[in-house]
Amino acid sequence: MTDQALGITIDGAAVPCQAGDTVIDAAHRAGVYIPHLCFHPEFGPHGSCRLCMVKAGGRYVAACTTPATPGMSVESDTAEIKELRLRITQMLFVDGNHFCPACEQSGQCQLQATAYGLGMQDLHFSPSYPKKAVDASHDEMLLDRDRCIQCNLCVRASDRVDGKHVFSLGGRGIETRLMPNSASGLLRDTEFSAEDRAAHVCPVGALLFKHDNYARPIGRRLYDRTSIDRIGNRRADDAAPGGSAP
Amino acid sequence: MTTTDTFPRCGPYPAAAPFAPIREELTTRFGAMPDRLDLLQILVSIQHRLGYVPAEAISWLATNLGLSRAEIHGVVAFYSFLEETPPAPYTLRFSTNITELWQGQEANMARFKDLPNVRALPTSCIGLGDQGPAALVNGYPLPRLTATRLDAIARAIASRRPVAEWPAEWFKVDPNVRLAGPLLEFAFTPGALVERVLAAGDAAFMEMLRASGLRGRGGAGFATHAKWDACRAEVVPEKYVVCNADEGEPGTFKDRLLLSDHAELLIEGMTIAARVVGAKQGYIYLRGEYLWLYDRLNAALEARRRAGLLGAKVCGAADFPFDIAIHLGAGAYVCGEESALLESLEGRRGVPRIRPPFPATHGYRGRPTVVNNVETYCAIAQLAGIGAAEFAALGSQGSAGTKLHSVSGDCAHPGIFECAMGTQVSTLLDLCGTRDPLAVQVGGPSGRLLFPEEFHLPLDFSHVSSGGSFMVIGRERDLFELVYNFVAFFHHESCGFCTPCRSGSNIMLNALQRIRRGQGTEHELQIITEAAAVASKASHCGLGHTLGNPFQDLERGRPAVFQDRLRDSPDGTVLDLKRAVAEARALRER
Repeated sequence: MTDQALGITIDGAAVPCQAGDTVIDAAHRAGVYIPHLCFHPEFGPHGSCRLCMVKAGGRYVAACTTPATPGMSVESDTAEIKELRLRITQMLFVDGNHFCPACEQSGQCQLQATAYGLGMQDLHFSPSYPKKAVDASHDEMLLDRDRCIQCNLCVRASDRVDGKHVFSLGGRGIETRLMPNSASGLLRDTEFSAEDRAAHVCPVGALLFKHDNYARPIGRRLYDRTSIDRIGNRRADDAAPGGSAP
Repeated sequence: MTTTDTFPRCGPYPAAAPFAPIREELTTRFGAMPDRLDLLQILVSIQHRLGYVPAEAISWLATNLGLSRAEIHGVVAFYSFLEETPPAPYTLRFSTNITELWQGQEANMARFKDLPNVRALPTSCIGLGDQGPAALVNGYPLPRLTATRLDAIARAIASRRPVAEWPAEWFKVDPNVRLAGPLLEFAFTPGALVERVLAAGDAAFMEMLRASGLRGRGGAGFATHAKWDACRAEVVPEKYVVCNADEGEPGTFKDRLLLSDHAELLIEGMTIAARVVGAKQGYIYLRGEYLWLYDRLNAALEARRRAGLLGAKVCGAADFPFDIAIHLGAGAYVCGEESALLESLEGRRGVPRIRPPFPATHGYRGRPTVVNNVETYCAIAQLAGIGAAEFAALGSQGSAGTKLHSVSGDCAHPGIFECAMGTQVSTLLDLCGTRDPLAVQVGGPSGRLLFPEEFHLPLDFSHVSSGGSFMVIGRERDLFELVYNFVAFFHHESCGFCTPCRSGSNIMLNALQRIRRGQGTEHELQIITEAAAVASKASHCGLGHTLGNPFQDLERGRPAVFQDRLRDSPDGTVLDLKRAVAEARALRER
């Protein structure tokens, strides 16, 4: 049950809340889209991508990790916050190697769709071209770390849903990398399968199905005609829109 | 997890020491099925004994701790002092804080670069800024690296002399107390202050704590009584008291003194905290750089146990069981952030937690936990001894007590100074013997860069708050190099969890490198400014929030430092055609 007394406002509009809501929970239930990549309705907040930054009480906070407190006034769709989100998105782009035109996930990628949604025209920052290993050892799936944004969703899905602990984050700082759990360090030698939940949560093209790529023609891909703020947190292979996102 | 370990001087390490011989030792120490929370401690123990963590050890840990190999790899890779590659007989880690670089540390490191049997690596500040340049050899500190000393070290390495047999003088760390005040001179009978709190009652001590106005000594200045109150309010049987001895802010070393020479005061303070909030177990999170203090600190704990001041009945009180264990870090600055520290204490990667909830209600193992730093616990004991009024009178308005400053850099008397809160920057500069410095970095890289026009400011929570680092920068120094060094430090120490800090620090460092190479334009300055602003607004923790500070302070205070380094090309052209095609020309012999 939502309770008006617990409500907050987002950009001046009243948003009802339930006890225990974070700002993003309340916003999405009310149909107010707040950009996000590492948050997922099924897996909850992670707080790492920082795309859902909003301003509340004069402070910058992540909507996915900040409890909605009664009467809280949140700024989200302002020029200042949109620019902040744009810069964070550009930081994600230069942090990896993202070549959209050639990418199998183009048109279905949440990072790309978020960038379009924020009006991104260029990288703004100089690309860092990091060296990140591609793991093509698995029969069904490709792990392309160049595209990984370290949202931890595959880690969480494999731990919590599949119970396989296939993935882990290793390294530190700019050297942080996704690591499969096997003696060889290769995806082939893990228990990973294309049927795993972990194979279906990647918001970008870091975990790709090896077959059937480029099957959907341009114009019929997930985000070709409808922007991410209207589709919400959904993957191309999701049967229905994921969770509570609008 | 109250296992004690021991860390003697080790090495030279064999190229690939087998794991089997120490497996017995680990099983004795940690049990046949060790606690998952002990992962980091076991790794530290293996690393110190073998010089690396062999693959067999990872398999053994995965099986016995019920963890995935990837998770263990993830922990090993997170900490700078843990390695999976077979070691060199000797590893020298040279502290590369800017004050030590200015003392010639680059050349010291280079001297060992091509020698056999040794690896020379850079490392973040190791807490010896007052007696640098300094390095660690297989984890043990080597202060005062003069040319003569370096020659002797090189000879010891060439002859594969065991580190345990190197002269004690080489490892001697001076206390370097330049000015002692009421805290460092505070004398008491161990246990007497705990007894006083036991007699007066917890509520009375909380009132004293509130009235004293004591605030955390780490720099943020959170009211200690508020933190304790939140923890006291939780009605659960399992609570913890944790001491943050992860003094990682470059240029800080006052905890080194408190841990080595005033451990009684620290333990007394932690015991009082345990009594007041209702904790039965305490932990000292000791930074890996202070591994050499581990055995000494353990001896102090053991002496307290023998005296009945730790254990089942502290001070004879049947309702007060409390003990303390030491937990070693392994080279990760971010673990100084209290929630990252708790993650590390639980044996995981030191990634800061989502807050709220805060540690006072959800801390170690998800239980209410008070986390304070070394100096704060010492001040707690002092407060119990002298009372609120006297304690408050020692400092300035809103900043009760005294503060220890670790003074290093370009001054005649580097060392530790205890000053009343509210002491002016200029007073401390006079005390440490410096004339007309260019600037002073207060509170380390995450603190503030102050110029002479700001030297009148008081060092307290209302004006210039400091965790205790005070680096004096002489006239001849280049402030660009200072900022470059600090950004490189943050870049190295970023945990990599959130985008603004991970990517932002990389963007800043790359742009500063372009400027440093003489290829920078206004564009680079603008990029750095933006990345710093995004990091300060949008990062997950304090490391990211403050990583832009050094750049922002210098850009505001002395913009010419950057402007003078920029190329004259306003369009941002950085292509040097001759250089770009030089290789191709050489290959074609033209």
